[in-house]
Amino acid sequence: MILWNSIQVGFKQIWSHKFRSLLTMLGITLGVASLVAMAAIVNGMENGMKEGLIATGGLDKVIINDQSVPVWQEHLAQMAPGKTMQDVYALKNNATLLKRISPEIRASVRYVSRGDNRSRPSEVCGVTEDALFINQHEIAYGRWFTQMDSETAAPVCVIGSQIRDELFGDPNVIGEEIIPLGETIRLGEQLFTIVGMFQHYESEMARTERLAQKAALAKQPKVTRAFTNAVSQGSQSRTWGRPRGKGGGWAFDRKNSTIYIPLKTALIRFRMAENSLKIDDIDIQVKNYEEFEAALQQARNILMITHNRIEDFTFSTQETQSETIEQSIKNTRMSGTLIAIIALIVGGIGVMNIMLASISERIREIGLRKAMGATDAAVFIQIIIESVVLSTLGGLMGVAFSYGLVYIIQNVSTSNAPIIKPDALIFSMIFATIIGLIAGLYPALRAAKLDPIQALRFE
Amino acid sequence: MALVELENVFKIYQVGDEEIRALDDVSLKIESGEFISIIGPSGSGKSTLMHLLGCLDTPTRGKITLDGIEIQNASSVELAAIRNRKIGFVFQSFNLLPKLNVAQNVEVPMIYAGVSAKERKERTMEALKKVDLENRAKHRPMQLSGGQQQRVAIARALINQPRIIFADEPTGNLDTITGDNILNLFRELSHQGSTIVLVTHNPEIAAVTPRRIEIRDGKISFSEDDRLAGTSLNK
Ligand SMILES: Nc1ncnc2c1ncn2[C@@H]1O[C@H](COP(=O)(O)OP(=O)(O)O)[C@@H](O)[C@H]1O
Ligand SMILES: [Mg+2]
Repeated sequence: MILWNSIQVGFKQIWSHKFRSLLTMLGITLGVASLVAMAAIVNGMENGMKEGLIATGGLDKVIINDQSVPVWQEHLAQMAPGKTMQDVYALKNNATLLKRISPEIRASVRYVSRGDNRSRPSEVCGVTEDALFINQHEIAYGRWFTQMDSETAAPVCVIGSQIRDELFGDPNVIGEEIIPLGETIRLGEQLFTIVGMFQHYESEMARTERLAQKAALAKQPKVTRAFTNAVSQGSQSRTWGRPRGKGGGWAFDRKNSTIYIPLKTALIRFRMAENSLKIDDIDIQVKNYEEFEAALQQARNILMITHNRIEDFTFSTQETQSETIEQSIKNTRMSGTLIAIIALIVGGIGVMNIMLASISERIREIGLRKAMGATDAAVFIQIIIESVVLSTLGGLMGVAFSYGLVYIIQNVSTSNAPIIKPDALIFSMIFATIIGLIAGLYPALRAAKLDPIQALRFE
Repeated sequence: MALVELENVFKIYQVGDEEIRALDDVSLKIESGEFISIIGPSGSGKSTLMHLLGCLDTPTRGKITLDGIEIQNASSVELAAIRNRKIGFVFQSFNLLPKLNVAQNVEVPMIYAGVSAKERKERTMEALKKVDLENRAKHRPMQLSGGQQQRVAIARALINQPRIIFADEPTGNLDTITGDNILNLFRELSHQGSTIVLVTHNPEIAAVTPRRIEIRDGKISFSEDDRLAGTSLNK
């Protein structure tokens, strides 16, 4: 009864000092907004990382990276061989604990084109069949390179679905799926024939979204098909809001715009000017995950021989990658939370300040209420509730604000869309309420201790 | 038994080295239904006496009984409950809450008494009718004249049907005519059976009440009761 009345009095008090209350609440609002938005951004990052891990291959994949030679070998730096086909052959013949060895030569191709349509591939890579398995690609249409293709360095390629979408048309836009096998496209200036196409990779979320959209489209009356071929790069499916990648995450987008060509083709057609057999990447996959460490040691021993005992290489595992990413996410979360909590505490000090000002304005009122039978506890509760109402309202405004913030971020950036989770909302609202409670404590105590006689005499 | 009984009550303030005897050995009885005024010059101890009678304060020494309850040893929670149920206050400066309207002001004591919203509404309208302000329920105090504001304060003092009403200089901020109206209202309430204690420095106002007590320097210097037909007890 008194509680309900106190809440009403609290609202009335806030309403009668609208501007002042708004300014006070702003501190809490910003604190809560930054807390929620920060959590949403970190959630988005985490999601992106998980998707990336799924899309780029399993934990048994290891990338052999270049590294500058250790200090004690610096005088040998000139002789460091880097990664060559020799490494690949040596590993293939001797690394019994490895299942797959996938050398990659990247062709420096910025754009691929067909007629007026252009597309920017994430990578144009010369690879062997092992790349298919290590990077978990699935050919949906056509075929992989034959031995003949490889030996003759044939100008053939297997493309990702997004390359097709941008060069030939997106099935979601034109309403039918084009399978461009046998078609010719330009990789840079060179003509290549498409012999295969990967399946469309997407996250679960993107998949359900796409299917729902398709179902909705099917309900609409059929549009004329006149523009079937009039597809250009600009006509990707654009919906309201951000132009989202169709895979539903940067890792999927990247994978969908891959182009593979035979290793030898890459070497001969894109590396003719160079006289070494240097390759850009060697990805390896261990046979048995239980023997992971042993397999790496074995590979290391072999590479030490082919590299003349110069240690100019290092292994980068998915685990170390995800660990570093996770660490940086953790750091982001920690510092973000700290900043948000400081903002909330500053907001709380603002609330306390206003509550103190409010009670010194209302000394007479408090004295009068006591004269009419309000106990110390009733006065205490009234002030605490006002403080809590103030900070909770501020918190609610902060939640609304954070939705706006997240919406803006979603529209500005295409990857790692922030995700607001209910636990972040609940946590920050509880925190805001507790801040209000603590901020109200001292003013409420002062109000409760007021002597009614002195208070009534006060002018 | 008397409604209020003071036995050898002292209220002593210690200001630095000096001891101020605001009340100095006061004994007094007020019967239920009495209309009594406490009179005396400024600084004589009238308000101090009223604060003790009204349970806003406790005596330094002595015994105070109100409606059978000894209040000199009561806890602050008990005192709050007594103030809420048994006592009504009317002040010189009206002391209405400016942010609340007339009806809401009158309701305040009932909130602390835990009266339901429905009953509060009914009783508020009844009380406002008693002071002739039922058509001003939604007005803010600022929109009323001084006399009207004081009538709202009286309605508020009556709302929990208290055993006794204390009015400290209730006409001090009003012109003579309006002041007379307020005094008439008190007289009417007295006829209806209320116990009323009127605190004033003005002998003309004190003359309204059948019984008068004069205080000087914290002591009762003079007591007079018209009902005893001029037979002065003291002096
Ligand atoms: N809190 C206090 N501290 C010290 N002296 C006080 C206090 N309250 C009242 N007094 C003193 O007690 C005396 C009586 O005061 P009061 O009852 O207010 O007089 P009145 O209402 O008759 O004008 C005065 O001398 C006053 O200064
Ligand atoms: Mg006085």
